[in-house]
Amino acid sequence: MRTITRHPIARKLAEAALTLLGVAVLVFVMLRATRGDQISATLGIEAAALTPAQRAALEAYYGLDQPLVVQFFSWLGNVVTGNLGYSSRSRQSVLEMTADSLPITFELAVLSIIIGLLIGVPLGMLSASRANSLRDAFGQTVGLAGLSIPAFLLGSTMLALSASMLGYNPNARGFASFAEDPWLNLQQMLMPALVLGFGLAAPIMRTARSALLEVRSMDFVRTARSKGAGPVRVQLKHVLHNALVPIVTMTGLQFGYLLGGAVVVEQIFSIPGIGRQVLIGIQQKEYAVVQSTVLVIALSFVIINLLTDLLYRVIDPRVRAQ
Amino acid sequence: MSAEVTVDTTALQAPAKGRGSVLAGILRSPSGLIGLLLTGAVVTLGLLSVFNLLPFDPIAQRPEVRLQGPSGEHWFGTDQFGRDILSRTASGVANSLLISVVAVAFAAIIGTAGGLIAGFFRGWSDRSISGVTNVLFAFPPLLLALSLASAFDRTWFTIAVAIAIVYAPIFVRVARGPVLSLREADFVRSATVVGMRRFAIIWQHILPNIGAIVIVQITLSLSWAVLTEASLSFLGLGTPPPAASLGAMIFEARTLVNFAPWTMFAPGAVIILLVVGLNLLGDGLRDALDPRNRGTK
Repeated sequence: MRTITRHPIARKLAEAALTLLGVAVLVFVMLRATRGDQISATLGIEAAALTPAQRAALEAYYGLDQPLVVQFFSWLGNVVTGNLGYSSRSRQSVLEMTADSLPITFELAVLSIIIGLLIGVPLGMLSASRANSLRDAFGQTVGLAGLSIPAFLLGSTMLALSASMLGYNPNARGFASFAEDPWLNLQQMLMPALVLGFGLAAPIMRTARSALLEVRSMDFVRTARSKGAGPVRVQLKHVLHNALVPIVTMTGLQFGYLLGGAVVVEQIFSIPGIGRQVLIGIQQKEYAVVQSTVLVIALSFVIINLLTDLLYRVIDPRVRAQ
Repeated sequence: MSAEVTVDTTALQAPAKGRGSVLAGILRSPSGLIGLLLTGAVVTLGLLSVFNLLPFDPIAQRPEVRLQGPSGEHWFGTDQFGRDILSRTASGVANSLLISVVAVAFAAIIGTAGGLIAGFFRGWSDRSISGVTNVLFAFPPLLLALSLASAFDRTWFTIAVAIAIVYAPIFVRVARGPVLSLREADFVRSATVVGMRRFAIIWQHILPNIGAIVIVQITLSLSWAVLTEASLSFLGLGTPPPAASLGAMIFEARTLVNFAPWTMFAPGAVIILLVVGLNLLGDGLRDALDPRNRGTK
């Protein structure tokens, strides 16, 4: 009989919780590394004119005179209760800002994954259909291009070319959320999602190729074929289904690439997502915004990884049995 | 970067033999050869800058020749300040490689050492090292680099350290896995039995056996580091101006590309060639170091 602590899912959850605590510590340390400037950052030039007594009063006000451990737990307490701090420029709470920006990035990520799978899986199937042939070389070359062309270069070029040659630049108009104007929103999301999806296609293609090659040579595929199953049925039902686990895992793991790439792509295409929120925070020296947003992103990344893990337990019964 | 690094343990059995055979192996595979040529060409371009062999000063502004197209004098044109793009690109390559090489060197040394210790000693050292690794893996790589770079005063060195922190966990994972199985291998056990000190065992028996995997990882990480550095400087968080940086050059070219497309061509092409080259070189190295390919000439 297995106790609850030995259950793999319980262990995964405990591990994720520990990791999150570590993430909070790291974010806090990064916050402190810059936080010495917080008073100067808020007051600007006037900070130099502060008397020692005034500075001490401000430090007490911000809680900077407390021991670091106390500061950490009071900050963590705030974060856990949903107080992520305020932007001193826009007077908006980081929680509100994140509630607006996170769904936008999430939409971008989902569209990118769809595009990545639409490019990567067929390309992997094409490559695997005859390994080391001309079509394999073609698939591998496209994959290598996806790995090597930086998102910022592809995005900048795409935007400039479509704007100058086709006169098409939906992103020049103000950003429209999907709820406001779905058609305009999808047009604005298309190019950034293509850029991220193309980068995503490369690891998906490589994983799909090697998984398909491995599954194809297995006995049950030969059995299915000898029982008279058609090539399409064998490819889709037997081969692709069994190659899905590594493909899904790889896609989930690439979420980090997407969230990082979102910073670049959202900047280029003026998409007000969470990546842009971090970047604007850095540019405006709003460290409270930066650190809370980074924490939210890391949190979503950990949750996505956990979900990927649980998802392939659903796809592959063998993992469940272990 | 993936959180789960798959390790090809077949390379474990590769005995570290003469370097000549590895080089011959790289040259034998077409991808290794192309990779070596591409990487070599871009590195040579960077070296021209290091040894002051550039046709023009990459920083000096000459407004009278601003935004000129490619010509006999300026092969890749000039930018909006009249700076020669070829010279600037070469200097950008040198800066980018300096940061990337230092970053990956730190990441490889610290990460591999961490992986060796975690895998060999297990216990609390494994738990703490793997814990730190998990925490670092919880951040999207570019975002972590961005946050770290923004937390410190920006110099080429702090950017290198930021990138090193991002990529060190990969080396921990890559080294730790094989060490777990190596420590149970007979030759390691017998070394323990005859009373060899544990750090001597790690140094003499374990490290040479994971060398191949680490070398392949170094090559691939270099390509990611180049991309990360370029992305940071594109976002305005890389090498501070006026020093040339490939990402910042592309950022500036973004608004010029419609009427001066050459401003984007050279820096863009060089990044792609370097990353493609390093990727192919990594593939070639993997094949060359894989014992399954030994003796099949």
